[in-house]
Amino acid sequence: MKWVISASEVEPSDRPRVGGKGFALARLSAGGFSVPQTLCVTSQAYQEYVAQTGLRERISLELHRKEFKEMRWEEIWDCATRIRNMFLTKTMPSEIETALRETIERRFKNRPVVVRSSAPEEDDKTASFAGLHESYLNIQGIEAILEHVRKVWASLWSDAALLYRQEIGLDIERSSMAVVIQEIVVGECSGVAFTCSPNNDQQGVIESVHGLNQGLVDGVIEPDRWVLDRRKRTILDYTPVSRKYWMIPVNDGIQMTALPDELAQKPPLDDRSARSVFEMAMRLEQYFGAPQDVEWTFRNDRLYLLQSRPITTLASADSNDQRSWYLSLHRSFENLKGLRQKIEEELIPAMIAVSDQLSAADLKNLSDSQLAKEIRKRWEINHKWVNIYWEEFIPFAHGVRLFGQVYNDVMHPEDPYEFVDLLTDTGMASLARNQMLEDLADRIRNNRQLAKQIKNGDVPAADPVFLADVETFIQRFGDLSCAMTGGTQCLEDSGPLFKILLEMANHPPSAPGKRKSQKAAEFKKRFLSCFEGGKRKQAEELLDLARASYRLRDDDNIYLGKIEARLLEAVQEARRRIEGRGSEEEGAAVSGELKNVLDDLDHRSKERSPYQKQPDQPFEFRPRQLIGQPAGPGLARGKARVIEQHSDLPDFNHGEVLVCDAVDPNMTFVVPLAAAVVERRGGMLIHGAIIAREYGLPCVTGIPDATALIQTGDQVTVDGYLGIVTVGTEEL
Amino acid sequence: MPKTDEVQKLILDLFTSQNLAVLCTHREGQPYASLIAFLASDDLKNIFFVTPKTTRKFANLSVDSRVALLINSSTNDVSDFHQAVSVTVVGRAAEISGPDRTEILNQYLGRHPHLEEFAKSPTCALVGIAAKSYYLVKNFQRVMELHINE
Repeated sequence: MKWVISASEVEPSDRPRVGGKGFALARLSAGGFSVPQTLCVTSQAYQEYVAQTGLRERISLELHRKEFKEMRWEEIWDCATRIRNMFLTKTMPSEIETALRETIERRFKNRPVVVRSSAPEEDDKTASFAGLHESYLNIQGIEAILEHVRKVWASLWSDAALLYRQEIGLDIERSSMAVVIQEIVVGECSGVAFTCSPNNDQQGVIESVHGLNQGLVDGVIEPDRWVLDRRKRTILDYTPVSRKYWMIPVNDGIQMTALPDELAQKPPLDDRSARSVFEMAMRLEQYFGAPQDVEWTFRNDRLYLLQSRPITTLASADSNDQRSWYLSLHRSFENLKGLRQKIEEELIPAMIAVSDQLSAADLKNLSDSQLAKEIRKRWEINHKWVNIYWEEFIPFAHGVRLFGQVYNDVMHPEDPYEFVDLLTDTGMASLARNQMLEDLADRIRNNRQLAKQIKNGDVPAADPVFLADVETFIQRFGDLSCAMTGGTQCLEDSGPLFKILLEMANHPPSAPGKRKSQKAAEFKKRFLSCFEGGKRKQAEELLDLARASYRLRDDDNIYLGKIEARLLEAVQEARRRIEGRGSEEEGAAVSGELKNVLDDLDHRSKERSPYQKQPDQPFEFRPRQLIGQPAGPGLARGKARVIEQHSDLPDFNHGEVLVCDAVDPNMTFVVPLAAAVVERRGGMLIHGAIIAREYGLPCVTGIPDATALIQTGDQVTVDGYLGIVTVGTEEL
Repeated sequence: MPKTDEVQKLILDLFTSQNLAVLCTHREGQPYASLIAFLASDDLKNIFFVTPKTTRKFANLSVDSRVALLINSSTNDVSDFHQAVSVTVVGRAAEISGPDRTEILNQYLGRHPHLEEFAKSPTCALVGIAAKSYYLVKNFQRVMELHINE
């Protein structure tokens, strides 16, 4: 079997084994067009690799842990990360490696190459995989090339690719991947050409940048743009841009750097060159019999074709697919750096200011009408910040993922989540809150009289210094009775804070970081030692960004919670007035305004239907082993405490297993009491998983119906290594 | 779909697709496994098989009626790990000799017609297992249980 073939050996029936890109390049070469030297690693090599290494079934097991449609995007990312790590850690069987090594070395000697994905379904007229799979530029030396072939194979299973394949109905398990290895042509300028504009079928478009075209293709460098007449081949319009960066080869890879001044002043193409690019693209359209999307580069005045594929935007304009959205989930380092600055310097200070400003208002002195207006105003403010949260904070979470990928690429760890250990201990707000709680509990623990007073409900008699500190806690974080940080008196029973403190005081303290350790420092040292010079600085910057991203995933909820608490405060004042006034005529009329505003805004109650035993049925159903994602290593057993709503939290007992829909930062104060954490919402990097790892607790996430299938009091065993929750005992 | 119906359907689908089950009996605490051809009643309350009365399995279940069965859809391919569905049944087994025997045997032979000569031998017993619980495993490690209400 041929694992690797030259473009000139590709037969007309070879498309499935060399993929769309490889096949198009072979046809270009056969048609006499100028293309760089090309080898195709066939999809058979991929198939043989996954069969011989056992990866094929490991991938299937990973994808079948649970129903794909039940997986959230974050779980799919986790799944993709674990699969990618399998490819990074499994070397090629010697038979394949030897064949590839000999042919590649013979063909390219020590010249740098481009290693590109070429999926068999890729670049046909109905589906575009552009950007979903990886390509690597300027790879030098056989070892590096072979490693990058595996990385391209792994990109078949990237989160975006999985989602897209699922959406367009491809059989994921039958997917395969060929790889194109091309000599890199480092042109003075590069670009793309569309022989037919998506906006006007009489026109074509050329985009061009200085240097390599990767920055253009990835959307990080803005190109100059020409619109041409398809028939006359004349330039109709030219739009220059402010040219700042270019992509150039560095030691082993490529880098975006500032464009030298003399180039920044000069368009990458003159009119004559633009027309010759378009001429070439139109010849390709004729050759392939369909409008083409062409990538090209100019070196020493010679025009090279890098690839050509049918334009899929024409076909997919009405297919309404989500590919661009999937791709937008991935942010570049530069983009994330900008986002961080905005979040840290603008958004968070603004959130704090808004919350402070609102809490200064004296609600009790407002008339009913003023209070109704105040509630609407606060609702709008809260709504605005929830939107900002989705648009700015959520994408910033990708900083952790970007770091994870780089870490895994460099370190090849057995555990694809080892990188998380480098991110912990970043001073999260909820940990600060829990530490304050622990300090208060410790004082109760060591003061019998205080414990007795609180137990008997005689709080006012307690030590004034202690009470003052409790008040400071409430001022800062609320009294724990509300589903958001900073809220107070949400429950009729106003003692949840003291209840939790007593429960904590009855048991030895549980400090965060049981598991953490010096390992983090060691991992960090090892990671950074893999880089030298400028690259080391970049790696440090990335780690710093990831730590900020990790911390903010927690803190943003806390700040958002504070704003929501201000809304709730006003709502509570309205409720108090409505309930207090009864049905006196005048009062009822004014309260109507308040009632309306509450009715308008109260959309937050969720329906839940916990599983209940059906009487008179021939069978009784019981869950036994529930499968989720292993999100925090460890094994623990305890009674389940299912949290349906915030008011369930004060009942939490030490040693219970926290089972909930999603751990939000405003409920993490019970985590130090818990033996383990189980949640429906899935992912390794979601809040519940982060906080469980901080406390060294076993954690399983992504169990559909966790709160319906598990009931408070059930004996549960949480296996955080395998992601399995076992319900009940061994008895049959 | 309610979980009970979902699990029941998965079990019935598996039982329709499979002819054979592994039967576990024991003798003085020593477990013993054997292969049998089975038929399950539509209500999943009973599972039937035939066996010569001279066999170890028949001797074992005559002493202790507690048995377990394993039925699964594996195909001896590596894809079994994510694709196969497996059901363990526990219950009590007893020879059927009353007036229902002919009807049940006819149903059994409707499913396994090639066993007619064997099943109708005077030395062969028709055995019914009154199922107590079903344990269904899919997705490699997902386990759900159905217990028959008395």
